[in-house]
Amino acid sequence: MVSSFSKALQSGRFVVTSEVAPPKGTDLEKMIHHIELLRDKVDAVNITDHQSSVMRFPSLGGALMVKELGGEPILQMTCRDRNRMALEADLLFAASRGINNVLCLTGDSIILGDHKEAKAVFDLDSSQLLAAIRQMEKGLDLGGNKLEGTVSFCAGAIVTPEANPIEPQLLKFEKKIEAGAEFIQTQAVYDLDNFKKFMNYARQFPVKILAGIILLTSAPMARFMNKNVAGVNVPQDLIDEMASAPKGRAIEKGIEIAGRMIKRLHDEKMCDGVHIMAIGREELVPDIMSKAGLI
Amino acid sequence: MIRSITRQKTEEEIDRLLNGYSRIFIIGCGTCVTMTRTGGEPEVTAMQRRLRDKGKLITGQAVLPVACDNLTSEALKEYGDQINQADLLLIMTCAFGVQTVAGYANKMVVPALDTLFMGKQTSEGLFNEICSQCGSCIIGETGGICPVTSCHKGLVNGPCGGTNDGKCEIDSNKDCAWTLIYNRLEKLNRLDFIRVLKRPRNYQVEPTPGKWNL
Ligand code: SF4
Ligand code: SF4
Repeated sequence: MVSSFSKALQSGRFVVTSEVAPPKGTDLEKMIHHIELLRDKVDAVNITDHQSSVMRFPSLGGALMVKELGGEPILQMTCRDRNRMALEADLLFAASRGINNVLCLTGDSIILGDHKEAKAVFDLDSSQLLAAIRQMEKGLDLGGNKLEGTVSFCAGAIVTPEANPIEPQLLKFEKKIEAGAEFIQTQAVYDLDNFKKFMNYARQFPVKILAGIILLTSAPMARFMNKNVAGVNVPQDLIDEMASAPKGRAIEKGIEIAGRMIKRLHDEKMCDGVHIMAIGREELVPDIMSKAGLI
Repeated sequence: MIRSITRQKTEEEIDRLLNGYSRIFIIGCGTCVTMTRTGGEPEVTAMQRRLRDKGKLITGQAVLPVACDNLTSEALKEYGDQINQADLLLIMTCAFGVQTVAGYANKMVVPALDTLFMGKQTSEGLFNEICSQCGSCIIGETGGICPVTSCHKGLVNGPCGGTNDGKCEIDSNKDCAWTLIYNRLEKLNRLDFIRVLKRPRNYQVEPTPGKWNL
């Protein structure tokens, strides 16, 4: 079945996705609230998978919840916690419940998370997971055995356009496309002139690219990301702009900046859409979209 | 040269393992652990003093030439009496040595070291894990640098998203294996090797525990 997200990607219009993190525990209220806020405003909602290696309610459960609430989920799957058998099994389950979009990730190191002594798996990497999906669509599992019933996914991956050095990153990016990625959600970009250069290169590949937008909530938060998040580079003028906001109004400034960036990406047709990450402030995503003139 | 890389367990852990045993024989090794300064003559002597201060009776000590060698059975015979008098052998060798001794001596053994990895001495006092014996060597396509071992996640298709300024996401003092591989193959003009999408690895080439019969 062709997912509605896949149709949106093919429609040629500017696509918007956002993301929601499942809770640590069984209290789903906040996640449900965020899904309800977003489901009619964006083309699809990513559900993160133990993001930053912090154990949480499973992304598969979150994606199912999006589905039950009438939204369009993108199931994030990392290769850190499951071997190929477990990943394939979860894909079968997803397909059986109409969850047809998957974002394939390698996954952060265990060491960065909250289960520092756990065994890391990495039986597959992100590109091999993409290839596994394409093989399963042909009716075969990774052991080469025939599957009963079919699966069909709109599969994607990520790229870090500001990675340093960029060449090894682009080599992996090209492998992901070769392995079957139909869409790419990028790591956060802030320097759009730089991103434009990346897009000039990326345009040669048959893949839809959604630029990653992370809402800046304060100048210290921007500095923190520059220091601690690989491949994120908030230029000084944006940090200054955040710092210039009156006390208690930094978040409004962040919304304004995010909206302005999205508007430029849209107006200059730089890429195929955006992926908005508001990290804990999902209720602000509609404000960002409205500042961007998208709703 | 390949070395077994070890680190001494904490004093608390050693003391806990020795709890209830009062007569102890200490064994070190003249090879890897001498080089890594974890179980050579000086370390064995220091351990002997510390345990004596704690009230243990040390029936003797020995630094075997190569503890993991089968000749260890002969070497142990030289200390027969002292070993017989002990309730327990505290072994300051890598786990290969500990298991070898345990197989010959009919005594409880306690390792005083943790065995970390098989390493290569890359410079004076620096040891690196460069091969984890995966059973199907792919470094012919990666410029002689092992991604299975040198990449923290063992990735064989290029870097993860955590790589930063050529370093690994877990430690800004560790090189990202994929930056090293890329740079070396670029120099050798063979980047084509790593442009090929590699299939998932076979983790059962030689099922654990490995066994090889000539
Ligand atoms: S690929 Fe790496 S781990 Fe495997 S045998 Fe070769 S060097 Fe050793
Ligand atoms: S940063 Fe480099 S070495 Fe570290 S896990 Fe990622 S790819 Fe491997």
